[in-house]
Amino acid sequence: MNILVCIKQVPDMESRFKVNGTGDWYDEADLAYRMNEYDEYAVEQAVQLKEQLGNQPEITVLSIGADRVGEALKKALAMGCDKAVQVQDNDSARKDPWQIANIIAAYAGDKNFDVIFTGMQSQDRGSAQVGVTVAELLGHNCASTLVGFEYADGVVTAKRELEGGVKSVVKVPVPALVTCQLGLNVPRYPTLPNIMKAKKKELQLVPVASLLKEEAATGTEKLYPPVKSGGGIVLEGDLGDIADRLLGILKEKTTVMK
Amino acid sequence: MKALLVCEQREGKLLDTSYELVAFAERLGAEVSLVLVGKEAQAPQVAAKLYLADVDKYGEYSPELHKHIVVAAVLKENPDYIIFPHSSYGWDLAPRVAATLRVGQVSEVVNIVDGKLEVSLCNGKLRRTVSPKGARAVLTVQAGAFNYAGQQSGAPQVEAIEISQGSSALQFVGYEPAEKKEVDLGRAEIIVSAGRGVGKKENVAVIAELAKAFGGELGASRPVVDAGWVGHSHQVGTTGQTVSPKLYVACGISGAIQHLAGMKKSDFIVAINKDKEAPISEAADVMVVADVLQLAPVLAEKLRAA
Repeated sequence: MNILVCIKQVPDMESRFKVNGTGDWYDEADLAYRMNEYDEYAVEQAVQLKEQLGNQPEITVLSIGADRVGEALKKALAMGCDKAVQVQDNDSARKDPWQIANIIAAYAGDKNFDVIFTGMQSQDRGSAQVGVTVAELLGHNCASTLVGFEYADGVVTAKRELEGGVKSVVKVPVPALVTCQLGLNVPRYPTLPNIMKAKKKELQLVPVASLLKEEAATGTEKLYPPVKSGGGIVLEGDLGDIADRLLGILKEKTTVMK
Repeated sequence: MKALLVCEQREGKLLDTSYELVAFAERLGAEVSLVLVGKEAQAPQVAAKLYLADVDKYGEYSPELHKHIVVAAVLKENPDYIIFPHSSYGWDLAPRVAATLRVGQVSEVVNIVDGKLEVSLCNGKLRRTVSPKGARAVLTVQAGAFNYAGQQSGAPQVEAIEISQGSSALQFVGYEPAEKKEVDLGRAEIIVSAGRGVGKKENVAVIAELAKAFGGELGASRPVVDAGWVGHSHQVGTTGQTVSPKLYVACGISGAIQHLAGMKKSDFIVAINKDKEAPISEAADVMVVADVLQLAPVLAEKLRAA
């Protein structure tokens, strides 16, 4: 069996974001980067599938971006992926989901992956498009938003998360692509021996121009911080003082304080 | 401008998101037609053309077939926009339709600003306007972002739609109902919610104590539930419960868009957060800049004394 996991490196969401000089993206300087949280679940599920099948399958982990994405790839290798592919692109933030999906599909096209794992969305763009679009481009079966994954005899039994705590169960024959929701599993921490082992694993570099033949289908016009709805009262300072002022406001403005 | 709205039903019930699409299309100023895989009894009460495919024949969840049904409606209607709810149904189906039509998709539109589609990114810390490059585009619309205010009493003109593709490789097995609820947040007048900012499981008790002092229920954001700190029935947000209490107190919650969508209709919102700029401040009537673990016991004490 052949497994592919697609991961993205994203800024730490606790960062303070600044708009860049051209006003169409965030300034990438001074940001700390990490593996997209959803993709950690994708990596873990791929490794669990490999273990279930007696460590026979080979897992390729792929990421698109500048050399910094090597850090995310190394983490995935240390979690148990076998080899890594960096699609080299210093301008990946400006690629739209359609282009990103086409890059992945072009890479995967002739490699006969049986199961492809992606996160259900990225923490920065959150478009929830790339995984499903890759499946469409490859003609693979696809289920999105997984909170449960089982594999037996060429069929994935996927538990999808719907709204309000309801889930649905779907059987998906391979070749299949699944997109992973938070809480699907418990992503492992790489152990020191596995981090050392990961350093010896293969990292293949592929120039983006060799895979991307598509123009962007959408473009960012302008990026900005949310406009404050205004009128919100801000309380700062001494805790006892804040508590008194807050209770005063609640007595005045709500009907629930007796 | 023409918009084809892809409505959504589950187990014989039309979902309200279908009407939110109508509200969004009104904001766009678009002429509307609808498509639904369902039954005529659930048809949205909107005076517009409705392409109806029989759910008994095409299945409740068989996205390959639903994709061909939407594409068939697109070919008949020739819309500028094909619009889905940004839901587990919509975000699963929309990219399949966009890829088949080879058009761009803009996901989770939250607003229309100067005629441009606005979306949120980085946990709601930033916004951007996005333009599709081609003449036609697929959009998904954030749940709760566009409220349908008008009367829901129009009569649709129903046209049955059939496709030649008959079978699905995916096999829908069934639904699994939500876990039994420990709490019913939908009925609570006061909800005090814990977010990732409380730091660890043991600290949730501090927030639970504050909820008790307020005479309210304990809520939580998704990361707190995923980490196993509290049960799922406490979760507020699009994948948990949508709530509108008289008072909502968000403790250490940054305000991810999925959480905001679940609580922003509360009558009065207090956010307690160390970061004054956290996106939750956008929704808050009162933004308290403080370490909630220090403030909560002080506040609880004063409430008990009052």
